[in-house]
Amino acid sequence: MNAAASEFAVELRDVRKSFGKTEIIRGANLAVRPGERVAIIGPNGAGKSTLFNLISGRFGSTSGDILLQGQKIDGLKPYEITRLGLARSFQVSNLFTRLSVFENLRCAVLWSLGYRYSFWKFLADLHDANDRAEEVMEMLKLEKRRDVQAMNLTYAEQRALEIGITIAGGAGVILLDEPTAGMSRSETARFVNLIRDVTVGKTLLTVEHDMGVVFGLADKIAVLVYGEVIAFDTPERVRANERVQEAYLGSVLADHQADAGRAAHGIAAGH
Amino acid sequence: MGRTHESRPRYHFKPLNVGRWVLWGLFALALLVAPLLWTSGFALTMLSQMGILVIACLAYNILLGQGGMLSFGHAVYTGLGAFLAIHTLNMVAAGTLSLPVSLIPVAGGLGGLFFAALLGYVTTKKSGTTFAMITLGIGELVWSMSLMIPEFFGGEGGISGNRMTGKPMLGITFGPQIQVYYLIAVYCFICTALMFAMTRTPLGRILNAVRDNPERVEFIGYSTQRVRYIAFMISGLFSGVAGGLGALNFELVTAEVVGAGRSGAYLLFVFLGGAGFFFGPIIGAVLMVMALVLLSELTQAWLLYLGLVFVFMVMYAPGGIASLIMMNLRVAAFGKLRPLIGSYLALAGTAATILTGAGAMIEMVYHLQLNEALGPELRFMNVTLNAKGLDSWFGASFVLAVGVGLFELTRRQFAKQWGQTQEEIEREIKRREAAI
Repeated sequence: MNAAASEFAVELRDVRKSFGKTEIIRGANLAVRPGERVAIIGPNGAGKSTLFNLISGRFGSTSGDILLQGQKIDGLKPYEITRLGLARSFQVSNLFTRLSVFENLRCAVLWSLGYRYSFWKFLADLHDANDRAEEVMEMLKLEKRRDVQAMNLTYAEQRALEIGITIAGGAGVILLDEPTAGMSRSETARFVNLIRDVTVGKTLLTVEHDMGVVFGLADKIAVLVYGEVIAFDTPERVRANERVQEAYLGSVLADHQADAGRAAHGIAAGH
Repeated sequence: MGRTHESRPRYHFKPLNVGRWVLWGLFALALLVAPLLWTSGFALTMLSQMGILVIACLAYNILLGQGGMLSFGHAVYTGLGAFLAIHTLNMVAAGTLSLPVSLIPVAGGLGGLFFAALLGYVTTKKSGTTFAMITLGIGELVWSMSLMIPEFFGGEGGISGNRMTGKPMLGITFGPQIQVYYLIAVYCFICTALMFAMTRTPLGRILNAVRDNPERVEFIGYSTQRVRYIAFMISGLFSGVAGGLGALNFELVTAEVVGAGRSGAYLLFVFLGGAGFFFGPIIGAVLMVMALVLLSELTQAWLLYLGLVFVFMVMYAPGGIASLIMMNLRVAAFGKLRPLIGSYLALAGTAATILTGAGAMIEMVYHLQLNEALGPELRFMNVTLNAKGLDSWFGASFVLAVGVGLFELTRRQFAKQWGQTQEEIEREIKRREAAI
């Protein structure tokens, strides 16, 4: 997207964040190349969601630099960061509850198509916005639910719409915060395929607990422990990393290995 | 299903929305023929006020219903618009300004816009409770200013003007009330159409998104503060037009037009009419004139009745009258309205019984408090009551008790019946969805 693309799509340099006296993020470093698909894992309370909130501008960082395509974005407002081509989803569905599925998606594409705050153009005449909203709706397989208010959707449909709003604006960097949280196993498998379809060619960062999803979506894993990225590599190497095993992953990963194999198999079969 | 979403060209077909044209046609017709149906001078005064308040209430609902902004100080913008309009009128009369009288409301609108841009910049920095508190504060501020600056607000007596000024165009002098009414009707139609059009633009839709979920709006590229600010200014513009029409209509503007009482009335009647639908505030405006003009003529206790109605509405139909209409239209669309009519009649009958009993008691209390010198007897619904007699009180409480009992019975029956009807409709919708 960006002509002056730097070497990294997202880069964190010694990012720190404190709430009161408690330091949650303690000098996190991470450099994600364009097109990479990264899963951020770590024990509860490691600061995964906080890290997302810092990158997307929901919170300001205490110190350190956050860069998007080489441009410093820490200190910017969420909408300014969104306009630069970074979009995020939320762990708890964060929708426009009284608007229909279609309206939710259309709202999400308006800024990226340059319609800003205009009150002198009718929505019905904005063919590009309407087409894009329809297109995303078809990708999410929500066409039949077009005119249903977001609050009346099923849980799985709300999760899908959450992803739809995130990707509709065409951002190059996508942050997904536990996209499959609360879903059943079969729903999760289908959902991972959906996420893969709609994020083709984009830089993807996900926070995820489900190792099946991690291996299904990511080609690199970042391990966050106590506010630090202690490893960032391919799944195999992360698995073999001694520091990771020591700190956290060894036992958990062993538990999940069988699981992950099954889930990955299921995903492949469903594809 | 099996459709590819590659660059398949989409066919853009815009069907002519017949229903919408019919509705707008009926609205224009109603504005046009209303004074021919109700010809008395009193009716014309009421119709004129309705036209003005329709604009003011719709402008208020841009904030409340569409943007989720609870303003306690909306009269600031209608009121300041009215003051600017009357000063403009007086400048025209003095010959320092040349402007047709028919454009005075536009001056009011620009005044409303100016003050909304000025004061709204602070107000819309916040949302939710803080927003409401700031509007309350600004309302009080402007009210106290009105006492401090009599040059602009006219002190106790207000500022008066004369609308029969300037050169009459096409013989229209704005002397007779009917001419003022038609000026109001034209403004009412144009402003309503413009405000409706705004709901179908990017800004209008994002404003709804800000109402539903301000946090997410920031993550789709919009500054919620900017959205609220622009909406606030648009609301101020139309409010000022309403104020300007009021100034022409009454030829007098007093400080109470910026007061908290007026602001509260906008909130109350927009809520009663129904903030969730575009046309709700129109119903609210009509009710507002009926209550302020008719009900206050009928009884001294009108504010108490109004309060009771408001409380009942909040408890039983928080979507206002507009939502009641829309819910019943939905039932009718599925052909299930007929069985409910009996229940509606029963509800209306028992509610009327309650009103009779409660009304008799309220009127007796007011009579004792305010009209004691006239003796203990009063007329209520063609019956002579004795405010100091045990039998009148006993009779009234008996009617009230019977009414409450029967109403509660029918209400429970109706609630069950309503629930069943809704379930049937849901099933029907599911069936139709599956059939696609």
